[in-house]
Amino acid sequence: MAEVAPLVVRDVHKKFNELEVLKGVSLQAQKGDVISLIGSSGSGKSTFLRCINLLEVPTSGEIEVHGEQIKFLTTRKGERKPADNRQVEKMRSRLSMVFQSFNLWSHMTVLDNVIEAPVNVLGISKKEAMERAESYLQKVGIWERRNYYPAQMSGGQQQRAAIARALAMEPDVMLFDEPTSALDPELVGEVLKVMRSLAEEGRTMIVVTHEMAFAKDVSSHVMFLHQGRIEEEGPPSKVFDNPDSERVRQFLAPKY
Amino acid sequence: MEWLEQILASNAIFNLETLSHYGAGLILTVKLVSVALLIGLILSFPLALMRCSDNPFLSKPVWVFTYIFRGTPLIVQLYIIYYGSSFTLQDTIVWPIFKEAFYPALIAFVLNTAAYTTEILRGAIMATPRGEIEAAKAYGMSWWKRTIRIVIPSAFRRALPAYSNEVIFMLHASSVSFTVTLVDLTGAAYDIYSRYYAPFEAFIFVACIYLTCTFSIIYGFKRLENRLMAHLKPAPSN
Repeated sequence: MAEVAPLVVRDVHKKFNELEVLKGVSLQAQKGDVISLIGSSGSGKSTFLRCINLLEVPTSGEIEVHGEQIKFLTTRKGERKPADNRQVEKMRSRLSMVFQSFNLWSHMTVLDNVIEAPVNVLGISKKEAMERAESYLQKVGIWERRNYYPAQMSGGQQQRAAIARALAMEPDVMLFDEPTSALDPELVGEVLKVMRSLAEEGRTMIVVTHEMAFAKDVSSHVMFLHQGRIEEEGPPSKVFDNPDSERVRQFLAPKY
Repeated sequence: MEWLEQILASNAIFNLETLSHYGAGLILTVKLVSVALLIGLILSFPLALMRCSDNPFLSKPVWVFTYIFRGTPLIVQLYIIYYGSSFTLQDTIVWPIFKEAFYPALIAFVLNTAAYTTEILRGAIMATPRGEIEAAKAYGMSWWKRTIRIVIPSAFRRALPAYSNEVIFMLHASSVSFTVTLVDLTGAAYDIYSRYYAPFEAFIFVACIYLTCTFSIIYGFKRLENRLMAHLKPAPSN
């Protein structure tokens, strides 16, 4: 029997007032897939990622996590919203997200940031959470900084702490929203190294990125978004080396 | 203690009797202010959350409350509650409480400080970095969990410097309580002034007591800020 896909997204549309940012985007992630979403700014890739864990509620379209479909209802004002907050919270706890601007909780130390959600959302014991925190902070290389506060660390260290926070949830799928866009080239390297090792471990990841070399080398599947639609998708060798779309060719062409 | 006896013997105003009068005034002031601040602070958390709500049925009543209590002088609020209660509450079961000036004064102070603290907290809650709230959502926290674990701890830290101001302000504002027969610090000073007709001695002495109290408040908040604001300090050197 085929395994149930950890994440299926079907035909997501998103409108902000009159502006339609997503015009029907679908995605299916099997266990161990690394899916890169690339495209120019404003193409809708970040919005699409935020629709997956309902930080933005899709105007239409379906989301299934491990075969469980998220239920929506329509309010009297005609807005669509999740029908069951508990279901959404449970779903989010299985998809952890890494943000462009890290979004660590600034009043907590790195260690507290990492154990916060496992203890207070998943309900595991503090002792077990500490063990998880130790192993993941070691993995991303900032265990020595565990008692630092976010503002006391470099951007690269903060992002690695944020990745450890995501890992500590032991999620089914990790969502990365331009995780290296706020970092200088050297710090980008240290974060990408960690992400590459996660991909090699077989973690399921969906990565919105502008790092073309990373998308090409690490991902199993690449989606190029353009004006709210999938312009082209396929294995990286296809999208990067032999794209059908003129727009993709133009986007990937050397600029200088 | 010989020096104390010498000082007490060398002047006509400060003797054991007047000093214990000041002492009783100090105890009343501290009791009134600390109880009012504590209850006011506890009330202000839910009020501030309601004030930040998108639901006008929650936010508007709180807006009206803070507008009224910040928009009128504390002494007027005290008179309304103290004199007003003697008109309306006589012959009711709560009268034994209200007939003593302490409780009307306490109620006025609680409502007043709750109104100011609500607005201080509201500002701090509104200033919670959006990204941190979004992260809390993305990790599956419910509204309640986000509020308790992320928003309030973060906002309370931001509110601390402004709140220390409110505490000092309440200490000084409590001096209006002597106008409703309570013998607080200022009331004690007033008694001694009128008994000896020595305004400088009586009021400069009480001013020094207020300064000492203020100093301990400032010191206390400094300690608290050192503890709670560690995340804004430079990294530990190692």
